[in-house]
Amino acid sequence: MVTGKVFKYGNNVDTDVIIPARYLNAPSPDELAKHCMEDIDPSFAAAPHNGDIMVGGWNFGCGSSREHAPVAIQASGIACVIAASFARIFYRNAINIGFPILECPEAAEAIQNGDTVSVDFATGVIRDETTGEDFQAVAFPPFIENIIAHGGLLPYLKARQKG
Amino acid sequence: MGMTMTQKILAAHAGLASVKAGDLIEAKLDLVLGNDVTTPVAVKVFEETGFSEIFDRDKIAILLDHYTPCKDIKSAQLCKTSREFAKRFSITHFYDVGEVGIEHALLPEKGLVAPGEVIIGADSHTCTYGALGAFSTGVGSTDMAAGMASGENWFKVPAAIRVELTGKPGRWVSGKDVILHLIGKIGVDGALYRSLEFTGPGVAELSMDDRFTISNMAIEAGAKNGIFPVDEKTRAYVSGRVTRAWTAYEADPDAEYESTVEIDLGALQPTVSLPHLPSNTRVIDEVKGMAIDQVVIGSCTNGRISDMRSAAKLLKGRKVAPGIRCIVIPATQEISLQCLREGLTEIFLEAGCVFSVPTCGPCLGGHMGCLAEGERAVSTTNRNFVGRMGHTKSEVILASPAVAAASAVKGFLASPADLYEEE
Repeated sequence: MVTGKVFKYGNNVDTDVIIPARYLNAPSPDELAKHCMEDIDPSFAAAPHNGDIMVGGWNFGCGSSREHAPVAIQASGIACVIAASFARIFYRNAINIGFPILECPEAAEAIQNGDTVSVDFATGVIRDETTGEDFQAVAFPPFIENIIAHGGLLPYLKARQKG
Repeated sequence: MGMTMTQKILAAHAGLASVKAGDLIEAKLDLVLGNDVTTPVAVKVFEETGFSEIFDRDKIAILLDHYTPCKDIKSAQLCKTSREFAKRFSITHFYDVGEVGIEHALLPEKGLVAPGEVIIGADSHTCTYGALGAFSTGVGSTDMAAGMASGENWFKVPAAIRVELTGKPGRWVSGKDVILHLIGKIGVDGALYRSLEFTGPGVAELSMDDRFTISNMAIEAGAKNGIFPVDEKTRAYVSGRVTRAWTAYEADPDAEYESTVEIDLGALQPTVSLPHLPSNTRVIDEVKGMAIDQVVIGSCTNGRISDMRSAAKLLKGRKVAPGIRCIVIPATQEISLQCLREGLTEIFLEAGCVFSVPTCGPCLGGHMGCLAEGERAVSTTNRNFVGRMGHTKSEVILASPAVAAASAVKGFLASPADLYEEE
C-alpha cells in the first residue's frame, strides 16, 4: 500500500521525454533521475518524490526500448505509474526490473494532477483520496505476478535455475 | 483455430503444437542483440544477479553503433564495458568501429537473422527482421541479460492486424511512405501489443529494402512486430548470406485477425510526418515549402543502398541549397563501399553533403548533427518526438530519402516530383 501526490501527464508520453538520449551515456539510476521528464516538466526532477505517484494517459512509455526510462522514474522516488495503457516494451521493462505499474483507463482519466492517491498492490484498488473515488486496475496474469514476486526477471530466472 | 505467421513461429520456439493470442509462453531464442547504450545495463544486471555463463556465444550479437566512434568519455566507457564483456565470453558476433554498422542493417547483411527465427534485441527497432519472415522484437536490457543467460524469454502471444497490400507503388513512393501512411492511419498505438502481418499481392512489388523500412517502423504504431511472408525476393536476399537451415512459416488460411487494414500502394503519395509524432502524417503536396535547416539521410530505417541510390539520383549534378546542412550516413561499411564503387559518394560530396561513417548519431540526438533551439530537420529517421534530434524546441519531419534529398536541393520541404520536372 502506498499513498502519494500525483504528477499527471498526457497521452503518448515517450521514452525520449522520460529520459532524453543525451543522458544515456551515464546510466547510473541517480544520474538518470536528475534528468527525468525534464524536457516536458523541468520542475519534476527538481523536487524529491518519496512515494509520489505518476499518472499518464494512453500508450505511456512509447518509443525506445531504453530500460533507462522506468529506471529513471523509479530512481526519482516515484512509487508506481498508473496509465490508461502502456507501450509494450516499457510494460516489459517495468515488470522485469520489479517496478510497479497499473493499467486503469478510468483512474488515468479521473485522477487530477496534485490529487492524493493510494494504491493497494495486493488488490489493485486505486483510491483518489482527494475525491473519494475508487478504481480497479487490470490484474496481472499469475505468470507475471510470479516474476514481480521474485523482484524481477533475473531473480526469477536465478531461482528457477537453482530449483 | 488457425495461427498467424507470428503465432506459428512462437509456437515452434516454445515447443507447443499451437498457441493463441494472449497466451504467455517461454520461447527459445535464435539471437540476442545489444548495442553500446543497452548492453552495459544488461551486463550490470547479468553480473549483479550472479550469472557467470552465457547460453551460446554464437547466438549473441553486440554492436557498438549508437555513439560511435565514441563522441565523449562517457560513451567510451560504455563501449569499453561492452567490449570487455564480449571478450570475456568470446562472443562471436561482436562488432566494433571498422566493422560495425547500424545494427538493423548489419545483422541481415551478415546473414545473422533468417526467416522463421526468434530474435530479441535491446533496441526498439529490432522489429526490422520481420521483413525476412522472422519474429523479432525490441526488449529492454534486463530481457537481454535474461536471454544471454538462459537462451529463452517470456512472451505474450500477440493478436494480429492484417495489412493487405495491393497495387504497385508509383515512382516516388517507397517503403517509408507506406509505413508512414499506415502509422498515420492507425495511430502511434494503433497496433499496441499486436503483430502487424503484411500480406496481399502488393508485397511482391516491394523490394527487400522497402520491407526492412516498413518492418523497422512497426514499433512506431506500438506493434510487437511487423512481419512479411517469405517469397522469392526473401529467398534471393538470404541466399549466400545465411548458411544455416531455416524455415519459412505461412499463416493458416483460418488464422484470426482482429482487423484488416487495406492499402492500395498505387494510390499512395510521398508522405511525411510532421512534429512531434510519427502519426502526424501529411502527403508532401499539402506541406511542401516549410522552412528547414538540416537534412539527414541514413539510420536503421533508411541507410541502405537503395536509399543511398534514391538520394543520389536527385542530388546528382545539383548542389545542396545555401544555408542547408545535408548529412548522409550509409548504415554499414559494406554500403559505404558500395556507394564508393557506384560513384554515389562522389555525387554526395560534389553536391555539398557530408558523408559519414556508419552511426545512429543524429537520429537520437546523440552526435553528428544535433539541432539547436528553433531549428528544423527533414530526416529519413524514425522518430520525431520532442527533443529527439537535439534541443526541445527543435523539430524533425520524417520523410523518405527522395523527399529528404529533394528538400536539401530546394532548401525547404520539397517534393521529388517537382524537382525532377524542373529538368
